[in-house]
Amino acid sequence: MSAVVHDRPVTAAARGGLLPFLDRRVLVALLPLIATAVFVLLWWGLKLLNGWNDVILPSPARVLASLSSNSSLLWRHGLVTLQETVLGYGLAIVIAVPLGVLIGYSWVIDKALSPILMGLNAVPKVAVAPLLIIWMGFGMEPKVAMVVLLSFFPIVLGAASGIKATPPDLIEMMRSLDPTPLQMFFKLRLRAALPQIFVGLQVAIALAVIGAVIGEFAGATKGLGYLITVSGGTADTSLAFASLVILSGISIALYYIVLAIERLLVPWAEVRA
Amino acid sequence: MAFLEVHDVSKAFTVGKGSTVNALHRIDLSVAEGEFVTLVGRSGCGKSTLLRIIAGLMEPTSGSVRIDGTEVSRPRRDVGLMLQQPALMPWRTTLENVLLPTEVMGKDQRKYRERAHELLEMTGLKGFENRYPRQLSGGMQQRVSLCRSLIHDPAVLLMDEPFAALDALTREELSIELQRICASQRKTVIFVTHSIEEAVLLADRVVVMSPRPGRVKRIVPIAASRPRTLGMSEQIETLARAAGELRELLFDTRDAASSVAA
Repeated sequence: MSAVVHDRPVTAAARGGLLPFLDRRVLVALLPLIATAVFVLLWWGLKLLNGWNDVILPSPARVLASLSSNSSLLWRHGLVTLQETVLGYGLAIVIAVPLGVLIGYSWVIDKALSPILMGLNAVPKVAVAPLLIIWMGFGMEPKVAMVVLLSFFPIVLGAASGIKATPPDLIEMMRSLDPTPLQMFFKLRLRAALPQIFVGLQVAIALAVIGAVIGEFAGATKGLGYLITVSGGTADTSLAFASLVILSGISIALYYIVLAIERLLVPWAEVRA
Repeated sequence: MAFLEVHDVSKAFTVGKGSTVNALHRIDLSVAEGEFVTLVGRSGCGKSTLLRIIAGLMEPTSGSVRIDGTEVSRPRRDVGLMLQQPALMPWRTTLENVLLPTEVMGKDQRKYRERAHELLEMTGLKGFENRYPRQLSGGMQQRVSLCRSLIHDPAVLLMDEPFAALDALTREELSIELQRICASQRKTVIFVTHSIEEAVLLADRVVVMSPRPGRVKRIVPIAASRPRTLGMSEQIETLARAAGELRELLFDTRDAASSVAA
């Protein structure tokens, strides 16, 4: 019997390509560290070469110092931004996945809604921020709304294209079993769409954090966006940089959480580590 | 009356503005219970369309299909379908894929688990029950697909070039397995292929179809005893003669001329 069982194809790239003497797992851990070190060195070198003072570009050491001396401040404001992000992202998923599924399923809904959605997506979201404040005040609501606005579209697109892309041979096979519409949806179409839904979710999580910051820029009394605005006003550039570090930390952490959930729900999709 | 009866079936497809293509023209075919019938013909002769109409996946423009006395109007539960592609769900293991039909039909899973294991053992997949499709070779995936089409013990098996995408050796191996299964479980089979060797090896009768519009050109009975193989055996002469006859029918000079003209 022709039992060719392959769990993972072995290619030249998988063996480490440029650095064949290193184990792949060591490389995966090492490469980001090397890149980060190069980046910090460049940062420091640029500052020294140009003679920039700490207001223009603080040194990595100053940013580290600011991170530790302002830790409770950063923590408090970071938590606010995180909360807005997660709430808005959750809300976006709840609205966008069903909408994307409907668009993917129904030609009529697709043709009716797609122009409106494209038009809405084309509006620069930053321009809407002042309007949101007029409508919703200075509390958390306009920030959450901004997060929804930014993360909404990639999720709709992912869900719609995922539903549309169900392999035709699977649909025919399923049809031959005379299933109910619900069986067709849950046993086949939704499951088959999950990888593409997660592509949308991954794009959306980075946009969600950006949405929260835009919302805070437009008018807020807390959050990392607010902290950056304030530190700009007082020329505390190190604090602004420290806030940026926390922001990107939040963004990366959320991205990996989404990735972990994908691994859990879609373990059958090709894993490209 | 025959167990499976195709009566005066025609099928026309609309292509573009108002122009139609006659895929099938007044097909009549009677298949007895337990009989193995292969449909052969050039591409475009409507053999896959005919199979889909019998499966209830497509409606004929006119005419009707009856299985076991009732008219086919939608996919039936006493029919198993196997396609050229394995069409396995990548998120299901071998065992879960095989059990899918019983799950959709709302049958008691525990009863069918045992049968699934039997089928997997019979097709040489013992030990692969918990693998995912991407961990299996093409031949193994198609074996899983075969088990799935048999799990609910359908009376009729409809197969659309099921081995066409496999390499020649795997293909022959599976043809032999299929004969064994059909002999032991007494299935009525309609098997679409464009391979003359496969048609002759498997069939009690070969239905030769011709294209534009799809018609039944001739029905050739294959009188060789079973089990049949393509190796050296006493049926080799009968099988070779039948293959020769089919080849002549399929490469008919009149057909060749019309396909050049088209």
